Amino acid sequence: MHPFSFIEAESPEAAIEALGSRPNSVFFAGGTTLIDLMKLDVLTPQLLVDVNHLPFSAITETTAGVMIGANVRNSDLAHHPAIRDRFPVLSEALLSGASAQLRNMASTAGNLLQRTRCGYFRDVNARCNKRQPGSGCDALTGVNRSHAVLGTSDHCIATHPSDLCVAMMALDAVIHTEKRTIPIGDFYLLPGATPERETVLEKGELITAVQIPDDPIARRSHYLKVRDRASYEFALASAAVALELSGDTIVRVRVALGGVATIPWRSKEAEAVLHGKPATIATFREAADAALAGAVPREHNAFKIQLAKRTLVEALYELTD
Amino acid sequence: MSDTVISGPQATAVDFIVRVQLNINGEERILHIDPRTTLLDALREHLALTGSKKGCDQGQCGACTVHVNGRRTLSCLSLAIAHRGDEITTVEGLSQGDSLHPMQSAFIACDGLQCGYCTPGQIMSAIGMLQEAAEGVPSHVTPDVSQPPAADDLSLEEIRERMSENICRCGAYPNIIDAIQLARSIQRGRR
Repeated sequence: MHPFSFIEAESPEAAIEALGSRPNSVFFAGGTTLIDLMKLDVLTPQLLVDVNHLPFSAITETTAGVMIGANVRNSDLAHHPAIRDRFPVLSEALLSGASAQLRNMASTAGNLLQRTRCGYFRDVNARCNKRQPGSGCDALTGVNRSHAVLGTSDHCIATHPSDLCVAMMALDAVIHTEKRTIPIGDFYLLPGATPERETVLEKGELITAVQIPDDPIARRSHYLKVRDRASYEFALASAAVALELSGDTIVRVRVALGGVATIPWRSKEAEAVLHGKPATIATFREAADAALAGAVPREHNAFKIQLAKRTLVEALYELTD
Repeated sequence: MSDTVISGPQATAVDFIVRVQLNINGEERILHIDPRTTLLDALREHLALTGSKKGCDQGQCGACTVHVNGRRTLSCLSLAIAHRGDEITTVEGLSQGDSLHPMQSAFIACDGLQCGYCTPGQIMSAIGMLQEAAEGVPSHVTPDVSQPPAADDLSLEEIRERMSENICRCGAYPNIIDAIQLARSIQRGRR
């Protein structure tokens, strides 16, 4: 690990000011991704600004929804009664991710900003446009079984690893920073030619909270994750779904996919197919085909297209069964 | 604010040694460490508390599990400097004199180990796991997250899921599960 200085911020203003004091500085919250990547020399910050003591640890229920402080730990969020009752997809997504120990450590904002698990990003001896812009991408022709099939470019096919963000994408979460609010649908950037830019956040912009808008559709919501082992593993494919039925007809629906895309992936295409149709397996299959229509497979990950379709069909089936 | 000094906005140098005060097993300990020192290395290399083990050092095996403010945490992915003011409990802090914690006794009674390397992490994790269950925390295998099982009703499936971070290369899992169930019944008997 490269040497660094560490400073405990006592206020949001102090945190932002400290971050601006060095070119290569980062906010430090749960640290579960950051320390891991610093040990690998993938990240080499000179300054860590500890934001854990800032007053962003509350979950507040309002009529407009739930406001989740940036520092709320994953385990506390998954366990909160308002989340479990009103937004079960969030709780399920969190509980399917990482491990109990990591969920006790990891923060809400940190989850939004977690880095890809791409083996070439994590290996400083490999070429990676995300880690070192312009160096190339060894994943394109390498072992790319775990890589993305949606939202990719010729510069990067790294999968976004989060479960929580997929659920948040389905619920139209709104990210609050100290100076603006950003709908989660506008928060992530497709890799394109600049995979090193992952979100619209500016240098030194500090996430303070994530708002989940109240919506009755969220009460009937579900997260289904498919992976190589039963626990403590990243998704090969996952689906966050929410819907409202009138009789057997789908009157409102939300679909987001994980494990298959470069960003948490909202599928308006699947939603358009499902809207106004009967909640049947045939409809779900048609929606899944629409969701994956734009998929671009590589040598080892073509199986993900079929897997993601089946995952979405199964998630919708479980929700309406 | 801290003992760490930043020498103004233009500073580019980093701090090599910082003073950190940690509360470990109820005692205040003062360390002079490199900011890079993980909590695990602070315990093992600076405080001679070698019960917490370094298995993978990257958050995959659970052998380094300790409690921070009563919650199970991976000490290998924690920086010591970030834990000023926190109450840290290691496996060395569980017993009261010669009187072992019920989870420790249960691991012995059930032979919940072979080589023993993962055992401190298993024990710390198991204690944290039962505490979480007592607080009504659901898990991935809980059918309805709004209705978590009581700690006394945790199924084998629930225990396995909740302990999935703790790897045992010897494969002592059946006896580890037995030990957790025994410790739970001992604790229930005390209530």
